Amino acid sequence: MTTKTLAGTEVELNDEGFFVDPNQWTEAMATELAEEWDVPVPLTDKHWQVLHFMRSEYFDKGTGPTVRKMGKTSGVSVKELYQLFPKGPAKLAARCAGIPKPRGCI
Amino acid sequence: MTTTDATATEKPQPIEKVSIIISKGSLEEIYPGLIMANGARAEGIDANLFFTFFGMDAIHKKRHEHIKVATVGNPGLHIPTWAGGLPGVSGLMTKYMEHQIEAVDIPDIPEFVEMISDTGAGLYACLASVELFGLEKDDLIDEVDDIITVGDFYEMAAGGQIIFT
Repeated sequence: MTTKTLAGTEVELNDEGFFVDPNQWTEAMATELAEEWDVPVPLTDKHWQVLHFMRSEYFDKGTGPTVRKMGKTSGVSVKELYQLFPKGPAKLAARCAGIPKPRGCI
Repeated sequence: MTTTDATATEKPQPIEKVSIIISKGSLEEIYPGLIMANGARAEGIDANLFFTFFGMDAIHKKRHEHIKVATVGNPGLHIPTWAGGLPGVSGLMTKYMEHQIEAVDIPDIPEFVEMISDTGAGLYACLASVELFGLEKDDLIDEVDDIITVGDFYEMAAGGQIIFT
């Protein structure tokens, strides 16, 4: 576990760089996280739509969604998801949205 | 000696690209390649899928919705070979597997292939097989990017890992 300062606040991250406590996340941290993980910035409305979806899924279900689930229910298609988060939508959106790594093979 | 030590402690390079070959046409032999391709893209790894021989059924317009579990000569199913050959058994096992697959939220083969194409992975059919089975580009689903030779395949696979299923 490591600590890191994002948007002036200290947050706890696990060894893979995912948030340990999603409640420590604020919207002000998203761009900094996006830049760190090669997500194209500036973040667009679509990015934000996905980030909010990630968080609501996490707080609802206790885990982040898979890419398939994101494509089906976030309102952003799988094709667009890969344009917004080219290096893997589920993992990268989870990083930027401050939730733990989603688990799932699909 | 110092060089050896340095190499030993170096972190392995992450995989950046995979070329996955699907060569067989039964349900249990198509899914693994699809799952690996989709999983690669989810990790940000470049992926191309190559369909050859009976694996082409997965991208065949008239066949991709009718992929069956192989019930003969498949010890993993734990049913006697003679029973696997009885009429209707393959269809029944396929229904059962499809039900299980849906229950764990894995898409059916046509949806899965379409989704993999949407992830940006390339889908390619093998020219030799297309000729062998007397197929045309029109017989294959629209997501197929091209029909290519084995030479094209190796060229495309350069710098990555090749996975044969």
